[in-house]
Amino acid sequence: MKRLALQAGCIAITLFMAVPLYLIALAAFSSRESLNRFPLPLLPTDFSTETIQGFLGSTGVVPAAINSVMVGLSTVILALLIGVPAGYALARYAFRGKQPYQLFLLLTRALPIVVLSVPLARIFLASGLYDTTYAVTLLHTALALPTTVLITSAVFVAVSPEQEEAAQIFGASPLTAFVRVVMPQALPGIAAAAVFTFVMSWNEVLGASILTLNQRTLPAQVLATLSFSPLAYRFAGGFALVVPALVFIAIMRKYLLNMWGTTLR
Amino acid sequence: MSPARRPILLIAPSLVFMTALFAWPLIVAIGQAFTGPGGPTTAHLERMIDDPYFWPAARNTALLIVVLIPVQFALALTMALLLRERPKFAGFYFYVWVVPLAISDLAAGLVWLAVFTDRGYLNSIFHTDYAYLSHEHPTTMFLAVIVAELWRATSLVFVIIVAGLQGVPKDYDEAAEVFGAGYVKRLRHVILPQLRPSLQVALILRTILALETFAVAQALTGRNLPLLVGETYQWYGFLQNPNVASAIALVILAVSLLAAFGYLRLMREAHR
Repeated sequence: MKRLALQAGCIAITLFMAVPLYLIALAAFSSRESLNRFPLPLLPTDFSTETIQGFLGSTGVVPAAINSVMVGLSTVILALLIGVPAGYALARYAFRGKQPYQLFLLLTRALPIVVLSVPLARIFLASGLYDTTYAVTLLHTALALPTTVLITSAVFVAVSPEQEEAAQIFGASPLTAFVRVVMPQALPGIAAAAVFTFVMSWNEVLGASILTLNQRTLPAQVLATLSFSPLAYRFAGGFALVVPALVFIAIMRKYLLNMWGTTLR
Repeated sequence: MSPARRPILLIAPSLVFMTALFAWPLIVAIGQAFTGPGGPTTAHLERMIDDPYFWPAARNTALLIVVLIPVQFALALTMALLLRERPKFAGFYFYVWVVPLAISDLAAGLVWLAVFTDRGYLNSIFHTDYAYLSHEHPTTMFLAVIVAELWRATSLVFVIIVAGLQGVPKDYDEAAEVFGAGYVKRLRHVILPQLRPSLQVALILRTILALETFAVAQALTGRNLPLLVGETYQWYGFLQNPNVASAIALVILAVSLLAAFGYLRLMREAHR
């Protein structure tokens, strides 16, 4: 009896989470004609790529998707270049200013994106960076950096310092010891941080909308054209934005608890 | 490079970068909000307050938080406690329940638009033609945004609670059970107190993020349900007024900081 109630609860929540995903996929793969029908068919009776092709063929969608990927990858690289050394320092050294630095990291995460975006637009206008993918990359890197530092520091804590010291005793420079001994062990965790950063960048819409006019990322493009686009376009856009999330969760299942659960503190 | 200076050199790039992209914009924002052509001014603030959309936006944002957060935490806690009983297919359930973690607020809004729109799936299922998202039905419009946010953002709370539960030793719970404590009693006196740090983090995080709710409402209702961040976007993008946009942004920042400090205070007092 108790087992049954437990399963019933789990199934109810699963339906709440999964049914909307099924419906948006269904809408994205229906023909325009069947989307105009009422009531809408609830089963994939007429599978068609017309709606999704229409979305991908709309002006600006493919360039925006390319921009999104470019911004995402550049953000990952930049956040790792700046964040990994800081994470390593936090994991390995006790130094003056460590506490204030960690507090600073936590504080920056409490800053709403909107507070940064509007003044950044002015700063970027003055410096000629406005409406470029670089502007969005800089904002996204700033947003991802605190998390990158905290995740990588947790990763480095787990790699034993003795091995690194041993390598140095045998004549490796600190840098060689880091690259040859620490990096291989830290790589899975750092890859997880990279995927996390990419998804954050892929999903961010407000800052990207404020910092660009023509060089839009995909969510910014969808948002900008929202009010005057047909429903079919919006459904296909919604689906296109959701797909990476499904892939991401499938890859990251193992790391989720560590990343969102503990490092968020 | 002396070993003593090594950590400083390692964190220096991040410090410079963050100062440039956090501290500097913050100062510029305050300048934008409080200076005009003739020096310091409160004109932008007055204009913000006199705007007919400002107070509805503030009220909707507050209402959203007050309604959403308790329901969200109840749901997330239920989800975590269900999985703690180790049901069959727990791995599968966990996977489905965390999928929304990686879904953006804009995408979530569009997903639920397919459900709630006039000729959408909800009306199709029940063969009705109720206009859930019409400005004539503010209650259902608001509830649609709540449901979409509940769907999208509960996973985050759920994951934080699950991670917190892993740190709660089963022994305490079992000991309480041996001494005859019922489930509700154990929940109140054993499990929840130990979850406090996790709940605290989740509460602060979710309140700050809920204050920033924006794209969900845009996708579902346009400007029919104005929210504070949406108004910033309006002032900046459509009304071309970065000064008022900055003023609203600073209001959001102030409320975020107040919420964070308020929660920390409350939790510390409750702890005593």
